[in-house]
Amino acid sequence: MELEKLLFTKEHEWVRLEGDSAMVGITDYAQHELGDVVYVELPGLGKELKKGDPSANIESVKAVSDVFAPLSGTIIEVNPKLAANPELVNQEPYSEGSLFKMKIKQPDEVKELLDHKKYEEYLRGIAGE
Amino acid sequence: MSPLPDLIFEISREGKTAHGLGASRVQSKPAIDPGLLRTAIAGFPQVSEVEIVRHYMALARLNYSLDQGLYPLGSCTMKYNPKINEKLASSEDFQAHPYAPHELVQGNLELMARLEEWLVALTGMAGFTCAPAAGAHGEFTGMLIVRKYLKEKGDPRRVVLIPDSAHGTNPSSAHFAGYEIREIPSNAEGIIDVEGLRPFLKDDVAALMMTNPNTLGIFEKNITAIADALHANGSLLYMDGANLNALLGIVRPGDLGVDVMHINLHKTFATPHGGGGPGSGPVGVAAHLLPFLPVPRVVKDGGKYGVVFAAPHSIGRIKNFYGQFLVMVRALAYLCSLGRENVRQVAEDAVLNANYLRKKLQDVLDLPYPTATLHEVVFSDKNLPVKTLDIAKRLLDYGFHPFTIYFPLIVHGAMMIEPTETESKETLDEFIAVMKKILLEAREQPDLLLQAPRQTPVRRLDETLAARQPVLKWRKGENR
Amino acid sequence: MRYLPLTDTAREEIKKAIGIDDCKELFKSIPADKSYFDLAAIPSALSEPELIAEFKAMGRKNFFPGYLSFLGAGAYAHFIPEVVAYLSAKGEFLTPYTPYQPEVSQGNLQAIFEYQTMMTMLTGLDVANASLYDGATAVAEAVLLAVRKSGRQRILLADSLHPEYSAVVRTYTQNLPIELVTVNVNEADGRINLNDLQAKLNDQTAALVFQSPNFLGVVEDSAVLAQAVHPQHAYAVQAVAEAMSLAYLRPAADFAVDVVAGEAQSFGLSLGFGGPYLGFMTAREEFLRQMPGRIVGQTKDLDGKRGYVLTLSTREQHIKREKAMSNICSNEAWCALRAGMYLATMGKDGLALAAGDSHLHAAYFVSKAAKSRQVRIVYQKNFYNEVLLEIKKGTAEAFLTALKKNKILAGVPLNWFYPTVSNRVLLAFSEVHSREDIDRLLQAMGEYS
Repeated sequence: MELEKLLFTKEHEWVRLEGDSAMVGITDYAQHELGDVVYVELPGLGKELKKGDPSANIESVKAVSDVFAPLSGTIIEVNPKLAANPELVNQEPYSEGSLFKMKIKQPDEVKELLDHKKYEEYLRGIAGE
Repeated sequence: MSPLPDLIFEISREGKTAHGLGASRVQSKPAIDPGLLRTAIAGFPQVSEVEIVRHYMALARLNYSLDQGLYPLGSCTMKYNPKINEKLASSEDFQAHPYAPHELVQGNLELMARLEEWLVALTGMAGFTCAPAAGAHGEFTGMLIVRKYLKEKGDPRRVVLIPDSAHGTNPSSAHFAGYEIREIPSNAEGIIDVEGLRPFLKDDVAALMMTNPNTLGIFEKNITAIADALHANGSLLYMDGANLNALLGIVRPGDLGVDVMHINLHKTFATPHGGGGPGSGPVGVAAHLLPFLPVPRVVKDGGKYGVVFAAPHSIGRIKNFYGQFLVMVRALAYLCSLGRENVRQVAEDAVLNANYLRKKLQDVLDLPYPTATLHEVVFSDKNLPVKTLDIAKRLLDYGFHPFTIYFPLIVHGAMMIEPTETESKETLDEFIAVMKKILLEAREQPDLLLQAPRQTPVRRLDETLAARQPVLKWRKGENR
Repeated sequence: MRYLPLTDTAREEIKKAIGIDDCKELFKSIPADKSYFDLAAIPSALSEPELIAEFKAMGRKNFFPGYLSFLGAGAYAHFIPEVVAYLSAKGEFLTPYTPYQPEVSQGNLQAIFEYQTMMTMLTGLDVANASLYDGATAVAEAVLLAVRKSGRQRILLADSLHPEYSAVVRTYTQNLPIELVTVNVNEADGRINLNDLQAKLNDQTAALVFQSPNFLGVVEDSAVLAQAVHPQHAYAVQAVAEAMSLAYLRPAADFAVDVVAGEAQSFGLSLGFGGPYLGFMTAREEFLRQMPGRIVGQTKDLDGKRGYVLTLSTREQHIKREKAMSNICSNEAWCALRAGMYLATMGKDGLALAAGDSHLHAAYFVSKAAKSRQVRIVYQKNFYNEVLLEIKKGTAEAFLTALKKNKILAGVPLNWFYPTVSNRVLLAFSEVHSREDIDRLLQAMGEYS
């Protein structure tokens, strides 16, 4: 997985643009903070989301984390493997452990996402605190 | 170490029996449609009485209990459970059916009334309900009272303010009472101050829920000014009384401006925790909130006790029957045993013990807030070569139950320690010595902590597996 | 004082170590004018013998022990084997905290795992939690569960629910966007009126909450009720006040009921004037992640040994805070442990015996009272262990007063709950009633005029 090709949010979601749709997941930093993922609640197919809406829910043993929609759009695919194998989010957060795909509604919003370099910078900033 | 006991279903054998019920001499035929009757309960245990005793004795041996040793869990107030209270609570004299006619249970009604009187005297609140079954239940009851009071004044409002150090039951209870939560940050001293509160004090605020002393063990010294600011805003002050042990006989929350509060009989009032319950969470209110208390309420009419089952402004009934009556019996017995001569000593000794631990451990553990603490102290795992979890697990190897870990959330790797007043100085010195030894091991032989516990019936358990593949009951052939 | 181990010497040593002279210095942060308040209003301490005498004096003001009781209506007198009282009193079970350090809590965790298992065996449903406060709050939690799971806000409540259960449901939902609609009951058979149910059921209904055996003692036809609500994708939620019925009646799961929640006091808990009792909840697998309360699960330790832990904790308040499934923290753990002991001790045959006799004793009474001139048995069949009587002459109060003179508590008058119903009483029977007891009741009834 080439991280340089992905875009990111400050809430530690990543986005891979595929034409007019976007594949979404959480970053390695996020999965590490959460700990062992035990359950993933994914949005229903066809669900309409605005940027920033809570879309999915990831549970570890000791915490639960909302995943916020990085862009506005409609859910067109969810990862079927996560029901039986939630640990994929920990093991392969950028590939097998991706969460869902959405059809983008407002392409302008893509500009507001961080590129890989800016996300790395942001992570360094958090670590420094 | 002996092997772990099998499940009762695994030692079960066809034909064994443990009960002593004889056949009834009543001759009768069932009066229910046969299609509604069950056949035998498949898989239900069949063991002898001997095996019942052996099974549960084996389980008992696996438990660390307060009767065994120190249990320094913060904000839990694990104080000694007096045995005479158990004897009194099991007396046949008190085991009435809750619907027994009132003239036949005057003793029970008197007992509940006397407990309420004690609680009023200790807290300075105008009246109590002993109905709630636990602290969280009391919080929910208190927030329902707040909402009904404000609703009848014209506006129930939308928001409840809760400090970032609060126990999870606070926001949860407020939520079920119909409120939105707004979190307010603790200041550098670890408490709330009026200046920090003001920006949040909008006209949609119904109440502030404050734990006092808070979960850092610190007395919220600005409470009266905060109460004044809230009242000027038309809001109420709720006090979570989980930490009342630090204040017993020292100060009355009612004198500090508190409108409504709950207490925990299974904390401050020495009733046993039972492995997680039953508790009891009486709620006390200031005079203006008395009409809103839940029903039923015990009342005195001349020389007799009666019960009121309906009241026009009451929030309604929050539980079956009267509440956790046998827990109330224990609490009243405890208070009668302490008396005015000793209630204050409880708080003084609890605070002495906690400050002793603080003084002796503050040179080896990081203290996030320099502020004075009362009955408990919170350290963090900053600058330690190991995690709080590892220290806790190593304590188990030394025969101590650990302190509370990872709460409150505002302290990194929080270690919340409350010894209570029922621990001797010898026990505290032993605990201090062990903690220092463990912290030395952390630097020199960290593996002893990382692999801990080793001396317990089981070692660290895979909580991830438990959550990923839940096995929540026994199934024939599957559980090994 | 025996609960305060610090000696004065120890106190001095501690004060010296802390650096204070007087305890008052510890409480400096408390407003001085409010602190160290006058304790005059607080009673003086009682010694242990004085304490015993004091409580005995209170106990002597209770006259209920001299009476033969047929009181039920949500709390039931059943026989409790001595081993249950003996074992549950052990300090190892009574005094620990919630098992958050599972390595030293395997005793309680395994005992609750066994309790959960037995509750699912009784209802036939997939999962059970580790307890709620009592029957009324368990039903309230089941209402919230149904609303959460379905995303709908309309709840149908059978009129034959225990009135205290309905009252608590109303209290719990008073500030939430939940609509409560009452479904009527047939006077003729004491069961839910199916036409009324159909009329009130719609596509916004989250669940029908019905009690069986219901408050009038009648066993519902749960299959018909579940069949009525499922086509609208509403849940069938069964409330149970007399848990002993679970050991005599067919498991709810056989009738496609989704959730069974209620009161398990009948399983080994003394009457205790109303508490602590034991709320239970069992449900189908699909409700698991929405269920309130603690749950014990099985796992392995580092060495591969089987062990137990509290699990699926992200449902709970200490993690999810205002988004938690319930605010419950302390539950009725010791009561659940004791209920598990009771169920294991009674075992397959003992429980069947107690549950069977509870019904058969009621049936015996009904058959003997069928020709009574003083009372009419309102529901002559499909009752479990409670019988509703209509007093033919005079009021229920007069009847009960007369029987009280014979030292018999002949049931609960319905006007305590339904003020307009002046001539009905509800009696409960159990395996503890001997034939002589029931004959004595019949005799005293026969003498009432």
